[in-house]
Amino acid sequence: MSLIGRTAPAAAPPPATPAPPRCAHCGAAAPAGARFCCTGCEGAHALVQGLGLDAFYRRRDVAEGTLRPAVEPPVVDFAQHAVVQKDGTVVLELMVAGLSCGACVWLVEQALAAEPDVLSARVSLSARRLRVTWRDDAARANELAALLARLGFRVVPFSPACLRATEDAEGRALIRALGIAAFGSMNVMLVSVAVWVGSDMGEATRHLLHWVAALIALPVVLVAGLPFYRNALAGLRAGRMSMDLAVSLGVLAATAMSVSEAARNGPFTWFDGATALLALLLAGRVLDRAARRRARQAVAELLALQEGTVTLLGADGGARAVPVDAPRPGDRLLVAAGERLRLDAVLEGGDAILDTSATTGESLPRTVMAGEALPAGAVNMGAPFTARVTAAARDGSLAAMARLLERAEGARGRYVDIADRAVRVYVPVVHAVALATFLGWWLWVGVSWQAALVPAVAALIVTCPCGFAIAVPAVQAVAVGALFRRGVLVASGTALERLAGADVAVLDKTGTLTEGQPSLLPGDWTPAQLRAAAGLARSSRHPLARALVEACPDAPAMPGVTEIPGRGLMQGGVALLGSAGFLGLPADGTGLTLWFRADADAAPVAFRFADRLRDEAPASVAALTALGLRPELLSGDAAPAAAAVAAQAGIADWRAGVDPAGKAAHVEALRAAGHRPLMVGDGINDAAALALAHVSAAPEAGTDLAQTASDLVLRGAAPLSALPAAIATARRAQRLARQNIAFSLAYNLVAVPLAILGLVTPLIAALVMASSSLVVILNSLRAERDAA
Amino acid sequence: MDILVLLVPLALLMGLMGLVAFLWNLRSGQYEDLDGAASRILFDDQPPPPSRKEPSP
Repeated sequence: MSLIGRTAPAAAPPPATPAPPRCAHCGAAAPAGARFCCTGCEGAHALVQGLGLDAFYRRRDVAEGTLRPAVEPPVVDFAQHAVVQKDGTVVLELMVAGLSCGACVWLVEQALAAEPDVLSARVSLSARRLRVTWRDDAARANELAALLARLGFRVVPFSPACLRATEDAEGRALIRALGIAAFGSMNVMLVSVAVWVGSDMGEATRHLLHWVAALIALPVVLVAGLPFYRNALAGLRAGRMSMDLAVSLGVLAATAMSVSEAARNGPFTWFDGATALLALLLAGRVLDRAARRRARQAVAELLALQEGTVTLLGADGGARAVPVDAPRPGDRLLVAAGERLRLDAVLEGGDAILDTSATTGESLPRTVMAGEALPAGAVNMGAPFTARVTAAARDGSLAAMARLLERAEGARGRYVDIADRAVRVYVPVVHAVALATFLGWWLWVGVSWQAALVPAVAALIVTCPCGFAIAVPAVQAVAVGALFRRGVLVASGTALERLAGADVAVLDKTGTLTEGQPSLLPGDWTPAQLRAAAGLARSSRHPLARALVEACPDAPAMPGVTEIPGRGLMQGGVALLGSAGFLGLPADGTGLTLWFRADADAAPVAFRFADRLRDEAPASVAALTALGLRPELLSGDAAPAAAAVAAQAGIADWRAGVDPAGKAAHVEALRAAGHRPLMVGDGINDAAALALAHVSAAPEAGTDLAQTASDLVLRGAAPLSALPAAIATARRAQRLARQNIAFSLAYNLVAVPLAILGLVTPLIAALVMASSSLVVILNSLRAERDAA
Repeated sequence: MDILVLLVPLALLMGLMGLVAFLWNLRSGQYEDLDGAASRILFDDQPPPPSRKEPSP
């Protein structure tokens, strides 16, 4: 991230092996002798140079390949998201993906500022949010967005979901409370230290200083403690004792007793303890929240990129892009090749080839006839087709699934974390001890009730779970941050704890264990044939054509290619690349094959494709087994395909042909049998099972529903390999949290007897609290070291 | 001890000024993008002017 970090001397590559050529724009591997990996990068580089912004390349610090411009940027009408202000200027808010370093911010801002009519462009790096203002014309929005797309940044309109993840009102309230508490504790300390050391201080001066401390501390305790009081009340209403209740009682008791001591001019007040406690605990909360907020934003970014538009066919036959929630039942949609269907619909005419792997888990495309229902979530693998919408977005099957997920989420929200479980025992014991101390001094020793209150409240304060309350948030913040850097996004508060306890790993097949998209298999074609075929395929958006280009990314695009949608590609009136029937060959029966010939007379060769097992899958499954998780494969696909993948990945226990309800039922059955299943899936058909599982994870490339339903999102090219490491980190974090709690308890065993005997002064209490918290925080930092 | 009458309010006033500044920072969104602010300080002010004047292709 940091630019400073890059000034460290890089390890020099061994001179014998020259480094592979790197693309001058995106930094990914480039073909030998070339400066760029693709034409998109070449264009982007020329654009950056033309703007005089080449300083970007000396400063950028991005993962290789992330800045490669998309071959065909998605069609979104940005103009309708631009807002015209009263003074005639236009404002557009965009979410910019691929923005990962300060240099990217600089490039985006400067590139936009170079446009003559742009008034301002400001990027927020942590929110990935761009706000650009220009004069006059709202339609310029599309040109500005296209400029960013040409530079290699993917932009989408800033959606309400992004806003929810970014706008963190509760987090800001916590920071404000922290500021106030920090101010209060420092200024109270100014007065309290004077009282502690001023043994020769006169009675009147001490009395005055007590009241000064009260003047500062009372509003601070009232305002800065609000987050705790609110949570404690909410917990009480729900009938449970929470950590916040313990904190609230400790702080309020200390304040109340201090007021009474100030009134009767006792030797000490405890305002410093109450405010310092609030400041310390709030610091822990703020850090914990910041770590989680970063992960939540990254998830929102992934979801926003999936939020597309649909093409609505008007009564006049004209097509226009509209948001997903605009079409009503009966409207007609045009579904382009390679587009994901986002609404429930029936096919209007002809037939269509659909990839339903996200909805059913089948890896082979399915042919749908006219009049048949098309499942929302399927991808069009063939020619563009028209479909009639049967349900608006909010009544459709995807929305129904989303509602189901919300209910399941609510059930999981009742999970009680380790700190709250400990508090349920701790709070009654501590309060019983405090009460016994008060009664003991008052009735048994026979001092006045105010004097008896002092040791009792001292006991409450030293036991007030300072280290205890910070034990779990500190570990969480460190572990979540470490996982974030390794590509595991942890958005839920108790996810790490649940992940640590998982004992069965239920894995989906398509898109989870496999790559979820066709890739070229080895065959009897020559590299020259592949290159020529890939050059042709560049003109098509068909998934198989794209897979072909992927296999040979440096092939130059062929000129004069025409596409016969759903059938193949022609050049100069000769069919060259396409289905068997298109090239005049007998049908071969397998779905994922492209035939190619170099010219009209050449012998055709077949390029076969398959959904390949992820390279890291066997090793990851083995690692999961080593961690004590029994792996299971749960697939909606047919038995042979599931068995083959299970055997390759090294999973003995597999089930095929399971529908979404079946998956959910299986996960529920595992839970009922006392297991704690970890579910990993990417499809719409996995979402219910993901939401019901003890803990769940989805790869970055998965559907938005699966990611919403999951506790963790796995980023990167090898998502599965991050999973065992995440479990190890979670278990380690759990161990550290337990150590922290045990340590805090041990501390109390020493401190409480002193408090009961009335030996604890505010100075001793402050030392006890600060030192125990410090030890706990230092211990928590170890979660990072071992995860890195 | 009379000096306390002057010093304690003075210290509190300075502390309060800091607090007010902090609350104002928070309200004006200066804590929203800490990552961006950290690297922004290293930016040059403007790209070199001659190449900017060239007509874009």
